[in-house]
Amino acid sequence: MIGTTEKTGAEKLNPPAIKTSFFKSQKNTKKMGNFFTYIILILVSIILMLPLVWMVSTSLKPMTEIAQFPPTLLPEEVQWENYLETINSFPFFQYAKNTLFITFFVVLGNVLSNSFIAYGFAKIDFPGKGLLFSLVLATMMIPSFVVMIPQYVLFSKIGWVGTYLPLIVPSFFGSGFNIFLMRQFYLSIDDELIEAAQIDGANHLYIWSRLMLPLTKPALITIGIQSFNGAWNDFLGPLLYIHEESKYTLQIGLQVFQSQSTTQWNYLMAGATLVLLPTVLLFLFAQKYFIEGMDLSAGTKG
Amino acid sequence: MASKVKPRKKKEWSKKRKKDAMWGLFFVSPFIIGFLVFMLGPMLFSFYGSFTNYNLTSHMEFIGFGNFIRMFTRDELFWTSLYNTAYYVLFNVPLTAVGSVLLAVLLNRRIRGISIFRTIFYFPAILSGVAVYVLWMQLLSPSSGLVNSLLALIGIDGPAWLFDPNWTKPALILMRLWSVGGSMLLYLATLQNIPTQLYESAEIDGANAFQRFRNITIPMITPIIFYDIVTSTIGAFQIFQEAYVMTESGTAGPANSLLFYNFHMWNKAFVAFDMGYAMAMSMVLFVIVLVLTFINLKLAPRWVHYGGGSNE
Repeated sequence: MIGTTEKTGAEKLNPPAIKTSFFKSQKNTKKMGNFFTYIILILVSIILMLPLVWMVSTSLKPMTEIAQFPPTLLPEEVQWENYLETINSFPFFQYAKNTLFITFFVVLGNVLSNSFIAYGFAKIDFPGKGLLFSLVLATMMIPSFVVMIPQYVLFSKIGWVGTYLPLIVPSFFGSGFNIFLMRQFYLSIDDELIEAAQIDGANHLYIWSRLMLPLTKPALITIGIQSFNGAWNDFLGPLLYIHEESKYTLQIGLQVFQSQSTTQWNYLMAGATLVLLPTVLLFLFAQKYFIEGMDLSAGTKG
Repeated sequence: MASKVKPRKKKEWSKKRKKDAMWGLFFVSPFIIGFLVFMLGPMLFSFYGSFTNYNLTSHMEFIGFGNFIRMFTRDELFWTSLYNTAYYVLFNVPLTAVGSVLLAVLLNRRIRGISIFRTIFYFPAILSGVAVYVLWMQLLSPSSGLVNSLLALIGIDGPAWLFDPNWTKPALILMRLWSVGGSMLLYLATLQNIPTQLYESAEIDGANAFQRFRNITIPMITPIIFYDIVTSTIGAFQIFQEAYVMTESGTAGPANSLLFYNFHMWNKAFVAFDMGYAMAMSMVLFVIVLVLTFINLKLAPRWVHYGGGSNE
């Protein structure tokens, strides 16, 4: 031990070398520690994944198998028709279509508006900017119910209750967190680029739409994915504003389905699996952006 | 190129400033409009409405502090909802904070395959909405649920969870713990920015793993712990959806054990259309959140360690 620590101590003068030699020299002593780390990591992983395995497995079981004890982890008899049964027991595709419609516009609104607004905050100097930006940050702290109740009054007075407008329109006016996220990304882009474009006669609108939109693609995808998830899984909005059955979203549909078939766990789990599927796929294919969004916010919130 | 504009610099400068101001306001105008129309306006209306008996359709008479007096002295459910919410916040916030710090420390190793574990740990946090609640209704189902089945295998007779007023809130806290991945990532990002030299020199000085955790890791992540506690307290105080979905429609659980603050407010606003009263409740919520944030801010300097590992 003494030998190794002396070595790393000496190498302190040369930082890049530390990591490799530090880990190499301690390899043997760390082996046991690593072994226990892996055991704990695997145990925690099992605990965290079990609910999802259970969900899919239950969705494929017949009711008789669900009721039996001890329970089976994987279905002894796979019943794919559970999914068909679930899809047919409520207007699944109609609700999916409605949800997609809302989600599409919410994503569009969020991506465009937050990129647009954040450009103003990050790249243009104007009086009162600092104050206005603190206002942006302050809006993040306001509890949603405090705004939701009078907003409902507003939307009911202008006749928007029962339409998708209250769910879609506000997303075209930016949101505190996304403006913040987007601004952080803009700050990492060199101002000289904008100055050069201005000298060439480009105005800000042109610079934003032609230069910045392509340059900020990763941040736009991050915001797009987050707002897709937000809109796809939104329950409160549709619950408050949509009362006509033909206009229901998947979240409302699943909740109604749940209250009608309380212990038909195989169908309910099939429904839950289907509703979660888009988010899961999105995560698997765009994991980078999920994590990047978190890192971006982590790096700036600290 | 710069030399070209030099002679006219001064004149150009003020002109440019004016132009910039116009462009700046143009770009942030959606936020300003959205803020005025969808936030400030409604909130001011709500502030006035909280002193009236507004019911959305027929009447809106000024009744002074009537709503607030009724809330604090005659509405027993108000106190029930406040108690339930405080219970949830008090257990949920520290538990998720500790859970996510522990998981983050566990993941902050440079060993093979760690990124797979990172993905697995984070995975539950990306799932949200009714599907997750329905899944947990099954997991917590007294007879055929996963949790009680596992407990039965080791000889424990599990509680009735969502059907037992003593266990409804722990059930929701357990569900929340499943998705600590979000704040875990926040901590992990911070941990990875702590200079390794700090740990190395502590090791040379003979500090053991626990001492290193206690004296280096914890102080270095206090800004994030602080941020996490502030936001999750505000978030936890607004719990509503899971209680709404996981109880028989609108009953707020056995013995009102899941009647959280927002649930009560929802019932007043959108079931009874007692809008004036609900607006008064929303004002009280606003004040509570402000006070909680203020307390957190006041306490912060005592234990939050700034400087060093922050990655700004």
